[in-house]
Amino acid sequence: MADHDHDPHHEHGSELSETQLRVRALETILTEKGYVDPAALDAIVETYETKVGPRNGAVVVARAWTDPAFKQALLKDATAAVATLGHANPVGDHLVAVENTPQRHNMIVCTLCSCYPWEMLGLPPVWYKSAPYRSRAVKDPRGVLRDFGISLPQTTEIRVWDSTAETRYLVLPMRPSGTAGLSADELAALVTRDSMIGTGFPKPAERA
Amino acid sequence: MTDSIHDMGGMDGFGKVEPEPDEPPFHQAWEGRVLAMQRAMGYAGAWNIDMSRAAQELLPPNVYLSVSYYKRWTLGIEHNLLKQGLADAGEIAGGHARNSAKPLRRKLTPDAVPATMTRGSYGRPAQAPARFKPGDRVRAKNIHPRTHTRLPRYVRGHIGTVELVHGCHVFPDTAAIGQGENPQWLYTVVFAGRELWGADADPTIKVSVDAFEPYLETP
Repeated sequence: MADHDHDPHHEHGSELSETQLRVRALETILTEKGYVDPAALDAIVETYETKVGPRNGAVVVARAWTDPAFKQALLKDATAAVATLGHANPVGDHLVAVENTPQRHNMIVCTLCSCYPWEMLGLPPVWYKSAPYRSRAVKDPRGVLRDFGISLPQTTEIRVWDSTAETRYLVLPMRPSGTAGLSADELAALVTRDSMIGTGFPKPAERA
Repeated sequence: MTDSIHDMGGMDGFGKVEPEPDEPPFHQAWEGRVLAMQRAMGYAGAWNIDMSRAAQELLPPNVYLSVSYYKRWTLGIEHNLLKQGLADAGEIAGGHARNSAKPLRRKLTPDAVPATMTRGSYGRPAQAPARFKPGDRVRAKNIHPRTHTRLPRYVRGHIGTVELVHGCHVFPDTAAIGQGENPQWLYTVVFAGRELWGADADPTIKVSVDAFEPYLETP
């Protein structure tokens, strides 16, 4: 593991080096005891760095925007519907897609830890795992949305889903206007990670 | 422990949410190693996901809040190694194995990694009919177990409505303490913002949790 620059967002320099040593020691123990194979650890890290990301979810959303039968299937049983696309690793069980409408905006949180639809969105960002988001999303979701530069009409219902079990939630955002002529690939490029968590919107068509 | 700092829903004072543009999957190389070790040990059957969470919840609040996310995972892994008898304190302090290993169910090899990228299934056959159905009014019990639970404090004692029934799932409260899967019906229960946060709360907010049947009662 290479040394890293001091990063004030994460840890103090002194703790960083202590942590690096501690993690290296842990891996040494687990390897010497035969519990883990370092090459398998390499493969896991590489998968998260190169293969898993919000593109998986974006393809699902774009398909739902262009294929009403798929959208219906997705909202009924997201695990089964996503499996029919075959574009990602097989998705785990208990995936639930929730649809944004002009009347209702959905937001996903895990107040107790960091539950997140990894297979669809990749690793959760630091803010999703942070105390500010976890504490406020269920009590002041409009305030949280303001932190993301978003405001919704005061008449829109804000529906917050706290992922307290092994169910995982994916927000199906509303399709941006002016995108009638776009292909599914072009539409997928508009779908942001945050729009599938409910803390953002898809990109507008002209900025695609 | 249940009523600890990890149960953050509704707390004030943590400040603004600060998104980071173009955030990388890992900020430091060691973070990836920690995630991978947790995955590999889970695959090996050393401990389950509920035990991983429970170990972090045992951290004192000042520690929980002051270390980074993957540092918490590191401390949790160390805790579970000790708890399961897979390493001793001298080994962890010294950074090398000194005693013989305890046999584990299997070992993750590189070729098996793609298959581990799919989350496991937590659904189990029902042991009894579901007690509640969509539309039922339910109260989240006012419980404070001394061991792991997934019922957040902010809904306890409050009345909501069953919206979804997810079937029977592994019950974290027993799985986390080595008392088995004990499958229970799992429901999405939705609460009005004003039920949770009082008459002054935004009337357009609704919040749901996924609640196991033992967490719920008829009001």
